[in-house]
Amino acid sequence: MAAPRISPGSIIDGFVVDSQVHKGGMATIWAVRKSGTDMPLLMKVPRLAEGEDPAAIVGFEMEQMILPRLTGPHVPRFVASGDFRTLPYIVMEWIEGKSLHTRLPDLPLPPEEVADIGARVATALDALHRQQVVHLDVKPSNVMVRPSGEMALIDFGLSHHLQLPDLLDEEFRLPYGTAPYMAPEQVLGQRSEPRSDLFALGSLMYFFVTGTRPFGDPQTLKGLKKRLWRDPVPPRKLRPECPPWLQEIILRCLEVDPADRHPTAAQLALDLRTPGQVSLTARAERMAQDGFVTTFKRRMDLDSILTVNKKPAPGNAPIIMAAIDLNTLGEAAADAMRQTISQLMIAMPRARLSCVNVLKLRRIGIDTTLDEEGEHKHLQRLIELRHWARPLELPDASVTFHVLESTSPADAILEYARSNHIDHIVMAARERSAMRSLLGSVSGEVAAEAPCTVTVVRARADETPTG
Amino acid sequence: MQIAFLTDIHSNREALTAVLAHARARGAQRFVLLGDYVGYGPDPEWTIETIAGLVAEGAIAIRGNHDEAAVGGVNGMNSHAAQAIDWTGRQLSKASLDFLSKLPLSVIDDDRLYVHADASAPHRWIYVIDGETARHSLEAAETRLVFSGHVHIPAIYGLSNIGKLTPFRPQPGIAIPLLAQRRWLALIGSVGQPRDGDPAAGYAIYNDYSAEITFHRVPYDVEATAQKIRAAGLPVGLASRLYAGR
Repeated sequence: MAAPRISPGSIIDGFVVDSQVHKGGMATIWAVRKSGTDMPLLMKVPRLAEGEDPAAIVGFEMEQMILPRLTGPHVPRFVASGDFRTLPYIVMEWIEGKSLHTRLPDLPLPPEEVADIGARVATALDALHRQQVVHLDVKPSNVMVRPSGEMALIDFGLSHHLQLPDLLDEEFRLPYGTAPYMAPEQVLGQRSEPRSDLFALGSLMYFFVTGTRPFGDPQTLKGLKKRLWRDPVPPRKLRPECPPWLQEIILRCLEVDPADRHPTAAQLALDLRTPGQVSLTARAERMAQDGFVTTFKRRMDLDSILTVNKKPAPGNAPIIMAAIDLNTLGEAAADAMRQTISQLMIAMPRARLSCVNVLKLRRIGIDTTLDEEGEHKHLQRLIELRHWARPLELPDASVTFHVLESTSPADAILEYARSNHIDHIVMAARERSAMRSLLGSVSGEVAAEAPCTVTVVRARADETPTG
Repeated sequence: MQIAFLTDIHSNREALTAVLAHARARGAQRFVLLGDYVGYGPDPEWTIETIAGLVAEGAIAIRGNHDEAAVGGVNGMNSHAAQAIDWTGRQLSKASLDFLSKLPLSVIDDDRLYVHADASAPHRWIYVIDGETARHSLEAAETRLVFSGHVHIPAIYGLSNIGKLTPFRPQPGIAIPLLAQRRWLALIGSVGQPRDGDPAAGYAIYNDYSAEITFHRVPYDVEATAQKIRAAGLPVGLASRLYAGR
């Protein structure tokens, strides 16, 4: 196949080529424009000349398959794709803003900033995983920060769409990925594990908070495989300012067995946004790598690690939100609600529960929330929430508590569900009363507007007829 | 254009009726029938009349091994299949037998080859069941795309220009792009006797503009078909396997 000829001024299928933006090993990227389109555009053209890496072609094919199927702010918008028989190209949105790669000279970053970046990348990964795509090449240069602050993932050349043929799977003997960030199972050739992206993000956060890459930048397969048995130096050893909760999160991302990592990107994002409620394990306090004996045993027992990695992908790990109205919830309704939640948590042991209460602000007048009384109210509500959830007997790691403040409970619940990627809202119907007909039903409003499943719980009514 | 591919109908009236309605509701403008209209099932005459009606309206129909056996006699079939074919031969009208005897073994349509089994020797009815047999079939074909039936299990094989083969099990309802720079073999699952563990009737729709293929599964009244198989005195195993899709 002849190398495509493109130069500034060329017109390709109506796209006017402006200038070359990037020349990489796999593709060249050009700034293009088209009349009628305001959005700045990029044209990506694979390098197909003789002797080029065959992965360039396959990577391009993968991107050509995957990008048109993706939607939302966390990916570049797909615009057009060129016929392979004439000139192969992909035209996509040129995302304004810079990649995380531009932050490298500023490393190490403050831990709070790293957690914030991590949470935003995890949110983007969650959006991608929900669209059945595993990125498999998460690294600073593939994460763009939009002016809005939202993170967008770019370059799907190594990605895998779980419902489409994986052209890379059969094609090459060596694993494809970027050495410092590649998950152990990816090193072994597994390409359908969404939690591989959580490992890469953990590696990125480790790098950003310590200034050092957790596994270096090995250039051989043997070097890559070292991460299967050699644990990284704990971040707090390198950067004492790194708080235990952040080390807990980062080292959990870097677990060799995907089953030991966060079950989903959404759960990881939730942890990064609620530092106070991260359940700490021995990981948080670790100050040194494992000793020689432990490491040696792991190295000799690689087979068991390899079997671990063949476990099938996990089932459901949703985030369930219990919206609890502490004021008016009767005991019967509270029991019914706990029972519903308990059944969900038993059916899905890896689910997370967010118990949420809305502290209603006065619509008119000066809010008291910032004064002492307000502070006290907020705290009291948290205590009551914990008390409410006690009979559920859930482990600390699977439940968090939040008091929101708003003039409209329904709006607050909906906003929380949207920004935390809640999968399922459980709430009680307001008891039959004059208040409901006067104020309308919060659960009705939430059920109508929610971005997810809503279960409205009601204690079974007494069947004795009322006069 | 939306082209619906149906294969291995096997005299299953309920399954064919459900699939035709499903495909038409999804805008299928053209039907390609990849063979094995009869055998196993209880409604051969109705099935052939329906297929002949589609052909009269522009559909393409290819010959399958059961169609050939119904006309010319059994050879190399297992006993259930042979019993069913003997029975089928006695049910079919002269016109239907005549229709079956005139079906072509393969058809080339634009960049697509339609053939019931392996493309390298259509008359030998070789099963395409793995990468090796898929490669053999693709390499024998001169078109970019090959559409076949015969195995009763949906699958796709992609062949790159450096000879790498990618096998894939399609999921129902997901459009899969048959990328232009590769060659592809699509095995359409069976309408009337699925064997991949899902009893619902299988077929696929190919969009020749976007070059995307979507496999579908359509539930039908298995009980009614099974009842007819038993009533006709056909081997009961042919009825029971329909419930499990095996």
